[in-house]
Amino acid sequence: MQSLVIVAHGSHLNPDSATPTHTHADTIRATGAFDEVRTGFWKEEPSLREVLRTARGDEIYVVPLFISEGYFTERVIPRELRLEGWDPELWESDGISADTATLVASDIGTEVHYCGPVGTHEAMTDVLIRRGESVTGDPSVGDGFGFAVVGHGTERNENSAKAIEYHTERIRETGRFDEVKALYMDEEPEVDDVTEHFESDDIIVVPLFIADGFHTQEDIPEDMGLTDDYRKGYDVPAEVDGHRIWYGGAVGTEELTADVILERAADAGADIGDAVARIRQQTKPTTGAAGD
Amino acid sequence: MSVVEPALSETQLAAFREQLVDGEIDHDGLAAEYDADEDTYHIETPDQQTTVSADELGRVAAEQAAYITNWYFYTQQVGTEIKQAFCQWLELADERPVPDRYVALESGVDREWGQLIITTTVSPDGTRHYDVRHVDDSDAAADALTTHTDPFDARDIGTVDADGRYRPLRTAPSLKQGWIFPDLTAAEVYEAVEAFYPATIVNWYREGRDELDIDHWRDEQDRQSGIYNLITVLPDEAVDWAAAACCDDSQCLKRREWQLSEDEPLDADGGDGVFPCRGPCSMVVAAGREWAKLERQKTQTYEFELTPSEKEQLEAVIDAVADDEIDEIREADVGDGANRYRVRYLREKRVDEDGNLSGTPTHPEDVHDGEDEDHGDSDG
Repeated sequence: MQSLVIVAHGSHLNPDSATPTHTHADTIRATGAFDEVRTGFWKEEPSLREVLRTARGDEIYVVPLFISEGYFTERVIPRELRLEGWDPELWESDGISADTATLVASDIGTEVHYCGPVGTHEAMTDVLIRRGESVTGDPSVGDGFGFAVVGHGTERNENSAKAIEYHTERIRETGRFDEVKALYMDEEPEVDDVTEHFESDDIIVVPLFIADGFHTQEDIPEDMGLTDDYRKGYDVPAEVDGHRIWYGGAVGTEELTADVILERAADAGADIGDAVARIRQQTKPTTGAAGD
Repeated sequence: MSVVEPALSETQLAAFREQLVDGEIDHDGLAAEYDADEDTYHIETPDQQTTVSADELGRVAAEQAAYITNWYFYTQQVGTEIKQAFCQWLELADERPVPDRYVALESGVDREWGQLIITTTVSPDGTRHYDVRHVDDSDAAADALTTHTDPFDARDIGTVDADGRYRPLRTAPSLKQGWIFPDLTAAEVYEAVEAFYPATIVNWYREGRDELDIDHWRDEQDRQSGIYNLITVLPDEAVDWAAAACCDDSQCLKRREWQLSEDEPLDADGGDGVFPCRGPCSMVVAAGREWAKLERQKTQTYEFELTPSEKEQLEAVIDAVADDEIDEIREADVGDGANRYRVRYLREKRVDEDGNLSGTPTHPEDVHDGEDEDHGDSDG
């Protein structure tokens, strides 16, 4: 019996924080790739401290729905899950290459496969591009478009910027968009000046965040000038300084993120059959939608 | 009274025979074994002992058939031990033997779990059915409630209260009414309850086996890192206030089992909930961090000019907010100290334009400590 346990931050204040976690859990549950899919949270219930005891599998795969390696993935989650003998060195990561470590969780006395975060998996690049397609309503979007991947910056976590740069480079390598750039909230190049960093008339902007909240719904739209008051909302696309900004919001809400969770578990040895292919097909945006 | 007439299906009989080839059955009042030499089945239930051939298995007496359908349901349909224990608790299995249980299940057995009422009924083949709804909807007609079939819908039902406010604490007694899961399977009722009240069943199960691991406050303090390190300086007496404030039954339906430490019980009431709380939750830790900051301030003597009724009014306001009774105060009931008009009147009279009560500044010019936490004294 295989169990998937998705662990995420959650919030005491924002009910939307856990929404992507639950949505992706539902998507994966529907594939039948795992006998059970459980979710656990730092700020909600079940807590990280108690989530493993809700899982019944012989093989348990824990996937952190977090953007980057750092304090939570290296310290808080292993501590709360009670992973015996945990050391971040077990991942042998350069900051974006964590894959998996298998350790006994003393809470349940059995081994669990502790995977690297969703945000640094290479498949996350595809999710960013998919968000570009869904926000423009164009499955072949690319020509004439710039693409900005937005992150916090290094102020709180050095690896956060590494993840942004990693995906920015991978999107650039596809050659699909005219320009691809990393922008930050805390440091240069800043997302506030998005239009100064792109020559393209059309710019897709996607924050590499797991859930929508204060930063993605309030800060970034106001900082970019999409709106002077987030409560009034903003247009997609919105005209700013002669550019059209296609703002996608947190990438983690894109349905295809479920695929990255599966990939993480598969990399750790889970037998998921053709679930990845099915999710990729199932989550494709319907063509001919907005923007045509 | 009509009684469920147990009916053994071919599938059940096949499973029964198959199990007995592997070994004896000893389950919930049913003992059975297969004699390969004689090709007979010996079946014992509290009131009957029979030895029958394979052909006669399908025609055993009603009591024995009931025990076999019960064995089949629990061992072949329910799954894990935790689910079995929970389903047995739901039908008060400890209190009566299977035939009596089936009689009770005919009309339905009700159990409460937090604000849920779960009614178990049984089909002639022993399959249980579970009706789950809000306890305050127990008498409502099913068609007056919104029907749900997917147990994971429970997650969304429990996300906001009746006023649409987010419920970060799933075990807060603020579950909204108006919904029903009219017919869940054993596996589904487990998932629905798990979604309404995460991890409560497994912790209840562990407690029942004397295996519940408690994280006391001092364990929690020792484990924290980052911004929550601050809870290490929360004074011990404040932990009692925090538990009384947050963990009372009026605020959370879990029964608090954690103390200051194993040898240092808290005075606050832990509550009467069915399911235990095995450690300070993230809400308590986050609140504890805030109180740790506030408790670093020194007390200060202020002078206020208040009439006796104004002093009592401030106390009434504190009570109304703490007990969440603001919405119950009638619009024109100005006799209630927490009535909005009364409070607005008090503000007009006693609070100056800077928001100071009785015009008394919070930080008089000659006093510098208090607000700046970086310079405040620590009690811890």
